Amino acid sequence: MLTSKVIEQLVGALGKEKVFTDKEDLAAYSFDATADMPKVVPEVVVTPTSTREAQEIVKLAAQHKVPLYTRGSGTNLSGGTIPINKGIVMVMVKMNKILEVDAENLTATVQPGVIIQDLNDAVAGHGLIYPPDPGTIATATMGGSVAECSGGLRGLKYGVTKDYVMGLEVILANGKIMHCGGKTVKNVTAYDMVKLFVGSEGTLGVITEIIVKLIPAPEARKSALAIFRSLDDAAKAITGIINNKVIPATLEIMDNVTIKTVENYAHVGLPTDAEAILLIEVDGIPEVVEKEAEAVIKVCKENNGQLKIAQTAAERDEIWQARRDALPALAQLSPTTVLEDATVPRSKIPEMLKALRDIAQKYQLTIGTFGHAGDGNLHPSIITDETDIEEMKRVHQAVDDIFAVALELGGTLSGEHGIGIAKQKYLEQEFGEAGIEALRAIKRALDPENLLNPGKIVQP
Amino acid sequence: MAYYDSLDNVRAEITRCMKCGNCQAVCPIYKEVLGESGVARGKIQIAKDLLEGELELTDKMQDIFSLCLTCKACAANCPCGVQPDKIILAARAELVRKKGLPGLKRQIFGVLGKPQRFKLGMGMAAKLQGFGLKKIPSSNAAHPRFPIGIDTRRIVRPLAKQSLLSRLPEVSKVSKPKQRAAFFTGCMLNYMYTEAGKAVVEVLNANDVEVITPKSQHCCGIPVFVHGDVKTAKAIAKYNLDIFAAGNYDAVITHCGTCIGAWVQHYPELLLDDAKYSKLAEQMAAKAYDVSQYLIDKVGLKEPTGQVAANATYHDPCHMVRGAGIAAQPRQVIESIPGVTLTEMQKPDRCCGGAGSFSLTHYPLSSQIRDKKIADALSVKPDMVLTSCGACRMQLEDGLFQAGSDVPVKHVVELLAEAYVKGGGRDSGQKTG
Ligand SMILES: Cc1cc2nc3c(=O)[nH]c(=O)nc-3n(C[C@H](O)[C@H](O)[C@H](O)COP(=O)(O)OP(=O)(O)OC[C@H]3O[C@@H](n4cnc5c(N)ncnc54)[C@H](O)[C@@H]3O)c2cc1C
Ligand code: SF4
Ligand code: SF4
Ligand code: SF4
Repeated sequence: MLTSKVIEQLVGALGKEKVFTDKEDLAAYSFDATADMPKVVPEVVVTPTSTREAQEIVKLAAQHKVPLYTRGSGTNLSGGTIPINKGIVMVMVKMNKILEVDAENLTATVQPGVIIQDLNDAVAGHGLIYPPDPGTIATATMGGSVAECSGGLRGLKYGVTKDYVMGLEVILANGKIMHCGGKTVKNVTAYDMVKLFVGSEGTLGVITEIIVKLIPAPEARKSALAIFRSLDDAAKAITGIINNKVIPATLEIMDNVTIKTVENYAHVGLPTDAEAILLIEVDGIPEVVEKEAEAVIKVCKENNGQLKIAQTAAERDEIWQARRDALPALAQLSPTTVLEDATVPRSKIPEMLKALRDIAQKYQLTIGTFGHAGDGNLHPSIITDETDIEEMKRVHQAVDDIFAVALELGGTLSGEHGIGIAKQKYLEQEFGEAGIEALRAIKRALDPENLLNPGKIVQP
Repeated sequence: MAYYDSLDNVRAEITRCMKCGNCQAVCPIYKEVLGESGVARGKIQIAKDLLEGELELTDKMQDIFSLCLTCKACAANCPCGVQPDKIILAARAELVRKKGLPGLKRQIFGVLGKPQRFKLGMGMAAKLQGFGLKKIPSSNAAHPRFPIGIDTRRIVRPLAKQSLLSRLPEVSKVSKPKQRAAFFTGCMLNYMYTEAGKAVVEVLNANDVEVITPKSQHCCGIPVFVHGDVKTAKAIAKYNLDIFAAGNYDAVITHCGTCIGAWVQHYPELLLDDAKYSKLAEQMAAKAYDVSQYLIDKVGLKEPTGQVAANATYHDPCHMVRGAGIAAQPRQVIESIPGVTLTEMQKPDRCCGGAGSFSLTHYPLSSQIRDKKIADALSVKPDMVLTSCGACRMQLEDGLFQAGSDVPVKHVVELLAEAYVKGGGRDSGQKTG
């Protein structure tokens, strides 16, 4: 429980304008982008503008043993920023300076509140990119994406956030500041603390500075859309492309429910009787792009795919619009969209898609699936209505089944959205008892009082 | 029932929000305040709590809902098709119904509800403003001398000595009229930018359109409406509809983003359940055009021949581009002028931060938003900034002044009128007195 003394001290440390206590303001921080989650109003919201201020806040939280919830833009999809035990919400968006772009070493150093797109805009002039590109690239913060280990459309070729974080400044639960990693390409000193904090979802420390790796922007790219009457053909095309030694930057899939919905919503001319659509983009050096595009086209044709190849930038946009429309189109069908993040080895995609179809039928639900086929990361989206209690029961059972199948197929609970509150109960299925104990040991070691984002991932 | 008649009417709109946060990327207010209560997503949650009785109407809530430019950028960017601006306006209306208007606004809106008294007041103000405004040498602008409800840092256009309506003839004839159009001047034009108002008549005449300017027309009423005073707004809407329905016109022409929005969107919405007026509002909505839109889409613009050598950039008024979907036509008008190059700024459709009286009530915040706009506009090194709305123009003029720039701001059709004159077209100067 927070006392007025704590608030007084927060105001003392930060000034009045960085401390919100009005209930209207607090209400605006009681939720994030996750559907079907409890709404919890924090007791106070603070918005530090420097590491020093953030440190003061952590120290006060530690001193008074108050739960501290670190928040970026609140776009996560696992309930990660909901202040489930009340306490302090610390919003990092005002720490939004790009501290350095080091084109020589191909790194950038940023504060956690920098929006991912803003970093990309800042490095574009140097001919560089920061590859992780979640659907929320224009809204999510660097801190949130590091803490969540976000992925994106380019994950297959370029990996996820953890592949680009080289160094961190972190405030530990006791208020002390630690640094790990750095600008060197090679760094194998001691435990890999950088990787430990990437994906830690605000439960192990507060990230206040991030050094990331940048890469040269690809010179050319080519996109295609391939339509398949049968799911098996689509699946064979996916594995075929990779067996041909082509790693597309993007290899996305949309199932029939999604195709129908997108077509209904955006009228872009998608065939509503197709079982699956693949959206493929290769990028790199022009000659290589040409060669890889040819291989992709050949494989798709061999597997009865009907192809549309973008010749211009406008046509490329059109192709990607279909993919971008997937979630909005599904979301418009009903008040609530439960967006899941089940991930399986690439070769198991057809099996997973079929299982999803069966689950939808079993529980009489509409499930549209789209996702990153190339890396096996699927987003089954259940179209429902939060206020329909009976239906929500079936939704929860369906979600249980989805993760059970994903794990059976050798998959994982999360390809990019994290665990948060939403997937806690399945964690032991993936990690086993010993694994959970190891996770707990780490949490206890770094946050013995359970003050940092309590209630998320594991209970200590 | 119109959505502003009860907060309950936007319940479905509220439920549709999936809380994705996409609106953060485009909300000019959020970009400055960086707080959830500044952006649509947070405001929608607060409106929801209000609807469900978890929060009550407070002054703080009034502050939160006042922090919105109604620029509709959030609506245009929302993957779920939510229109947050409607939710915010409905909440403002609810606040006024339950808590009433603050004193000063009540007085001003009270006068606005009475067209004759409003005219009289504005006439007096034009005569007396010398006391309140300090003219800036060699410019057509002034600083307020003391805070008359306006920040003393901001520059404003002094009110015109003679209003546009008193200068324009009721009918501006042409020899072979292709169409007859009624001109809805709006207040910015009527009381400040009267030259731009004359330009509208001139370009319409030059395109063989006979222009009728009903003398007794009134403000569009939108400023009243966006502050939640739905009752007065409805009365003003009916008043204007009566006046413009009385004549026999092919079109109603406006010259400002908000005014066109009033005719095509807000009047029909406001009067939705008024049997008589809802039909009238629909009929008039079908006939209402922004002047550029009318020239391009309906009349077939007569290409000017006069040269105007200039590098121009165009600012899209929010209510024009997102409210009424008019963006191409003003650009076509600009590009039709020989010698003019249109150089686009990076984000021509980003709000200028003016938003009617928002720039008066929230000057510092409004200025921060404006400065981003000005920096963007100046980055293309323009000889002039063009726009399609008096309110935007005033905001841009203030911004350029504060940035130490003497680049002028003009309405698109003013430049067109200039090109017609240079091309030997008729100068209707005498005609309009
Ligand atoms: C429409 C939509 C599409 C999406 N698409 C993708 C996608 O393609 N790929 C993907 O991976 N994700 C996606 N997401 C999920 C989400 O956008 C990402 O997880 C994003 O990285 C979260 O960033 P944020 O700034 O909003 O963080 P928040 O949601 O604010 O926080 C996320 C987590 O990080 C912690 N945190 C935040 N800042 C810090 C910090 N400085 N130090 C320590 N911990 C911190 C929080 O406590 C929380 O646990 C999508 C979400 C939506 C709504
Ligand atoms: S208003 Fe639209 S963009 Fe904003 S959070 Fe809601 S759904 Fe997302
Ligand atoms: S209308 Fe404009 S200012 Fe208002 S919430 Fe939407 S984007 Fe922000
Ligand atoms: S929109 Fe502005 S200028 Fe146009 S009539 Fe209304 S208040 Fe007056």
